[in-house]
Amino acid sequence: MHPPEHKSATKDLKFINLAIPHSCYLSLQQHAGAPAKPVVSKGDTISEGQRIGIAQGFVSAHVHSSIPGKVADVADILTIYGTRQAVIVETEGAFTASAHPSQPVDWESLAGGEITERINDAGIVDLGGAAFPTLVKLSPSAEKRIDTLIINGTEWEPYLTTDDMLMKTYPDAVIEGCRITMKALGVASAIIGVEDNKRDSYKALSKSLAAMNPPENISIKKLKTKYPQGAEKQLISSLLRREFPSGSLPGDTGGIVQNVGTVYAIREAVVFGRPLIMRHITVSGGAIARPGNYKVRIGMRISDIVDECGGFKRQPAKIVMGGPMCGISVHSMDIPVVKGTSGVLFLTGEEVSFRDYSPCIRCGKCVTVCPVGLLPCDLGNAVEKERLDIAAGLNPFDCIMCGSCSYVCPAKRPLSHFFKIAQEKIQVVRE
Amino acid sequence: MTDKKDMLHVSYPPHMQSGESIPGVMWSVVGALAPACAFAVYLFGPPVLVLIIVSVISAVTAEASMQFLLKRPVTAYDGSAAVTGLLLAMNVPPLAPVWMVALGSFFAVIIVKQLFGGLGFNIFNPALAGRAFLMASWPLAMTTKWYSFSAGNVLSPDIGNSFGFPPAAFDALTRATPLSLLKEGQKLLADNNVAADRLYDLVTSPAMLKSLFLGNVGGVAGETSALLLLAGALFLLFRRIITWHIPVAFIGTVALSTAVYYYTAAVPCFYLMALFHCLSGGLFLGAFFMATDVVTSPVSAKGMIAFGAGCGLITSVIRLWGGYPEGVAYSILIMNAFVPLIDRFTRPRVFGTRVSARTAGVER
Repeated sequence: MHPPEHKSATKDLKFINLAIPHSCYLSLQQHAGAPAKPVVSKGDTISEGQRIGIAQGFVSAHVHSSIPGKVADVADILTIYGTRQAVIVETEGAFTASAHPSQPVDWESLAGGEITERINDAGIVDLGGAAFPTLVKLSPSAEKRIDTLIINGTEWEPYLTTDDMLMKTYPDAVIEGCRITMKALGVASAIIGVEDNKRDSYKALSKSLAAMNPPENISIKKLKTKYPQGAEKQLISSLLRREFPSGSLPGDTGGIVQNVGTVYAIREAVVFGRPLIMRHITVSGGAIARPGNYKVRIGMRISDIVDECGGFKRQPAKIVMGGPMCGISVHSMDIPVVKGTSGVLFLTGEEVSFRDYSPCIRCGKCVTVCPVGLLPCDLGNAVEKERLDIAAGLNPFDCIMCGSCSYVCPAKRPLSHFFKIAQEKIQVVRE
Repeated sequence: MTDKKDMLHVSYPPHMQSGESIPGVMWSVVGALAPACAFAVYLFGPPVLVLIIVSVISAVTAEASMQFLLKRPVTAYDGSAAVTGLLLAMNVPPLAPVWMVALGSFFAVIIVKQLFGGLGFNIFNPALAGRAFLMASWPLAMTTKWYSFSAGNVLSPDIGNSFGFPPAAFDALTRATPLSLLKEGQKLLADNNVAADRLYDLVTSPAMLKSLFLGNVGGVAGETSALLLLAGALFLLFRRIITWHIPVAFIGTVALSTAVYYYTAAVPCFYLMALFHCLSGGLFLGAFFMATDVVTSPVSAKGMIAFGAGCGLITSVIRLWGGYPEGVAYSILIMNAFVPLIDRFTRPRVFGTRVSARTAGVER
């Protein structure tokens, strides 16, 4: 499947640092798993990069303040994951961490365990969108026998150009991040998968890899541009020719996938001791005056981003955090950027589809595009008729939520939404 | 109240959708059929144009009134009823009475489509069911109202003579379609003491095959020009409205089974007979435009191949041994009934499993 890319608006725009916002809204849950516990209270003065939330349990992540200032409140705010407890910080004082970067650490002298500890301390999660805590992914159980690290440089979502720009601008850092991650995992080889529409990224990475001495066992693979190339399971199957057993976790095939942005953040954390308080995002869509690739402080609200990007040139019909295929649409401009936000899109009425859906005409286009081999048409009909028994037999839990079926449906049926409904209803019945 | 336009919308992803729509699909099919229709009008004259217009208007009117009566959203403009009407008009003899095709359209849309639940829920291809209804109700009009060619055509006496056909036998055949020529010809030739094998030479003569390909033959509007139907089909393939699976399996099976039949019957030009079977009758129309009807065909590639092969086999059986000269329409209708079964056994393999999605029943 080849949805229009819409990348040209921001493809060649270099990263720009967005101005520091007045206040940051730092959700204590910016990751999959348990929310972090706040360790600051209202009125506290905190420094840039100070830990304000402590991970709770293994599948969780620390949260750090992205600005120095005063804790205005610890309260529930609206986030893309729902209403969550958050620390609201008002900017005040000096940017000591940004002003005085620490001495780089010679990571090659660190043990694997010390590296993962530094990654954990920095609160790093998967920056590709799922926001799975990186520590968990880097701690596979011994019997999994991980042999290959896969770096996801596909950036398969339309509009988004963050990873592309990251690979073009900092190829050395991406490769160093890759090597650090290899060491943390204890694997000897890595593959960087880049879609063939990102020629400059491919060239930049190849050049910096060729310059490396001694050479590392890292290869770069050009992948055909197609949707959903970058989905974890699909990427492993195209690069390693291994298929996931249904219901298994990524590590079960011996490959671990990390996104380009994540390995960049890993390098920042391990080499410079920088916690994850900033990230690169793409701001795009037909409604925003100045689309581009920006470096922002985590916790910056959408309204502040709009102000910084010149406001709206047209009325937005939808605001999406993430890409247009898998991202989450929001109804409030108060929602802040979280660690997993790869982009903020301000889409006009012409860019999004509002058509009402009609009954399935059984054309089978959804069956053709489904990367997992499911029957979205039949599942949609079963969900509509509230026949969970039939829906349960159509492997709803194998759906990777890529949205391809909804995209191609000529009857405009919200098929991936039906999958989500089926998953949630069946989960309720099973419990 | 705020204007809906000024509000922010929220929905489950994806937030982009392809430009493909049901009207887009249906009107493309109409467009793809247009060249073959235009050629039929040129070939057979204004009666065919009248048939087409009446059939399409009847189908669209029937759709709109049924949707209104059944309190469904009225979507008669989406092109699906127009496709049904057009296909039905292409399935009746050029000189058939106009009221008959209107009745066929009503039957197709009201009984076969709307009473089964409307677009997406019908089990049988409405146009073909309409044709079957007309065939059962007015068999004479459906099999005799052919256009009569004048001299110079492939079926003209001159060509008949050149193959040694007695005028008496030829006269009986000139008003027929090439397939009925094949079906009834042998007996007629035997009655006139001519070697029946001469018939094979006639139907596989270059003039005959060329006429079949270009469309200079008798028959219903939809079985004239294989070339123009192919052009329309290529457009649909290019637009990804149809896939190759059903037509290739369908036509391939007809070619293979007829070739095997004539080979075992010791006909020397068995491969040309297979070619004759592929080019004649409603095979191209059926394989590219009717068997591929999205609603009444399987959803997976494997299923489509099985469906197409089944259609091909039944068509060949009817043509070679059955009572009718042509079997495309019935083969598709019979296979339509098997679609739920085919769908059930041809599910795609689910990624990471050895088996396809298991399920208790098939939901339509």
